[in-house]
Amino acid sequence: MNEFILIFRRDFSTKELQPSPEEYQQHLQQWQNWFGSLAAQDKLARPLQRWDGKGKLVTSNKGITDGPFVEIKESIGGLIVIKAKDYDEAAAIAQDCPILNFGGNVEIRMAV
Amino acid sequence: MEKELIPNLFRTEYQKIVSVLCNLFGIHHIEIAEDIVSDTFLAASETWAIKGIPDNPTAWLYTVAKNKTKNHFKRNDIFEKKIVSEIKHTSPLNGEEIEIDLSEQNIVDSQLAMIFMVCNPCNSDEAQIALALNLLCGFGINEIADAFLSNKEVIYKRINRAKEKLKEENIKIQSPNSTEIKDRIDTVLKTIYLLFSEGYYSTSQNTTLRKDLCAEAMRLAYLLIQNTATNLPSTNALMALMCFHSSRFEARTSENGEIILYEHQNETLWNQELIDRGTYFLGKSSIGDTLSKYHLEAGIAYWHTLKSDTSEKWKNILELYNHLIILEYSPIVALNRTFALSKVRGKQEAIIEAEKLNLTDNHFYYSLLGNLYTDIDNLKAKKNFETALGLAKTQSDKNIITKNILKLTTKI
Repeated sequence: MNEFILIFRRDFSTKELQPSPEEYQQHLQQWQNWFGSLAAQDKLARPLQRWDGKGKLVTSNKGITDGPFVEIKESIGGLIVIKAKDYDEAAAIAQDCPILNFGGNVEIRMAV
Repeated sequence: MEKELIPNLFRTEYQKIVSVLCNLFGIHHIEIAEDIVSDTFLAASETWAIKGIPDNPTAWLYTVAKNKTKNHFKRNDIFEKKIVSEIKHTSPLNGEEIEIDLSEQNIVDSQLAMIFMVCNPCNSDEAQIALALNLLCGFGINEIADAFLSNKEVIYKRINRAKEKLKEENIKIQSPNSTEIKDRIDTVLKTIYLLFSEGYYSTSQNTTLRKDLCAEAMRLAYLLIQNTATNLPSTNALMALMCFHSSRFEARTSENGEIILYEHQNETLWNQELIDRGTYFLGKSSIGDTLSKYHLEAGIAYWHTLKSDTSEKWKNILELYNHLIILEYSPIVALNRTFALSKVRGKQEAIIEAEKLNLTDNHFYYSLLGNLYTDIDNLKAKKNFETALGLAKTQSDKNIITKNILKLTTKI
C-alpha cells in the first residue's frame, strides 16, 4: 500500500464560477459523504485537516502576495493524504472528488 | 427486606469505604483496605443476626470500619513504621489518632482518585475493567468471571497482576489536578464505556448481572458528572449515550434470550425515562467546542430513539456516521455508515459503497450485503447471507442469519 497526496484546485476568484448558497450547501454535503466513504474504506492515511482559504503566495522575485491569487486562476481548496495500491487506484478515487463538479481538478503525487 | 439489606449495603458502601481507606493507605496497601472492609461486613452479618439491625446501618458500618482501621494501626508494626509515616505527610493527624474521614465530600473525592488510579493505561483494557469491577463496584471474583464468561482463577490472576502493575509503577491514589484530568479523562471514559459495553453486548445469559454492569458504568460516569472538575462535555456525552442505549435494554432480547434487532423491536418497551435523561445529558454535553466520539455516538443513539423512518432521521444519522468514521476508523462503524447511506440514497448506491469496504473476514459485512441485495437480486442476497453464516461465530448471530435466508427462500 502506498500513500498519495491529493491536492484539490479550482478557480475561487472568477465570480460567475462561484456556487450559490444552496449549491454550496449541497457541495459541502458531497464532500462530507466523499470523506465519509474514504474513511469507511480505511483509505485516509492522515486525519483530515482544514486549511485557511486565503493564504499567501511568494513569487519568483521574492514578492509576497495575499490570496486569492490574481496571477494564477486556480488555488488550492484543500488536500488529503490517502492510502492506495498505485496511481491507478488513487486516480480512480480522485475521480469521485466533488471538486470536479465545480470545474476543479485534483493533482496526485505518490509519497516516495 | 432484611435479607437483602447487607448485599445492598455491600453494593453501595463497600467501594466507598474501600476508596477512602485506599486513599489513606496508598497503592501499596490496598489489600489491607479491602480486608478491613470485608471484615467490617462480616462483623455486620454476624452482629446484626444476633442483636438485630441497628437504626442507622450505614453509620454502624462506618464506625466499625474506622475502629478496625485504628486497631490495625495500633496492632501492626508495619503500619506504625511504614504507613503512618506516609500518612503523616499527606493528612492531618489529631494527636496520635488517625483521622478517617467518611464524610460525603471525602468519599466522592476518594472515589474520583480511585477511578483515575484504576483506569491507568499501564494496564490492558480488560485488566482495567476487571479491576474497576472489583475495586470501584465491589464485584466479587465469581461475578466478574461470570460477566467475562471466564473462570475464577483467570480473573483472580488478572486482578492481582493489575494491582501489582499499579504498585510497580508506583501509581499514586490522589485527586487528579486539572492537567491530569485533561490528559487522562479519555482513558477513564473509555474504560467506563468498555465496562458498559461488556454488560450491554455480553453473550452471558445472566441478564441481571449484565444490567448491573451497565448500571455500574452509569454510576461511575455520574460520579464524574457530580464532580465539577470532571463534569466535562465528553463525560455528559458518554452518559447520554449510555442512557439511550440502556433505554432499549428490555426490547432487545426476547424471553428466550434471542437478540431482537432494532427494526423489529417493540418500541413500547423502550424506557422513556432513560431517553429523557439521555436527552438532558446530551444537552449538557453541547457546551464548549469539543466534539468527542461520544457526542457523535450519542447523537446517533438519539436519532435511534425515534422509531419512525423519516428522511431527516437518516440524513442526520449518516452525517454523524461520516464524522465518526473520519474521527476513528472501525469496521463496524464503516458498515453502519453504509447502512445509513442505503436509507438516504437507496440500496443501489449503498451496494456500490458496501462492496468497496471489502471486509471479507467479517460476517456483518456479508449480512449487510445480503440485506442490501434483498429485493434487488435475491439470489445474490442469499449467497451473501450464506457466506455470513459460514463466518458467524455465536449462535445468536447464526440464528438471525438463518432467519434471513429462510425469508429469502420464499422469494426466489
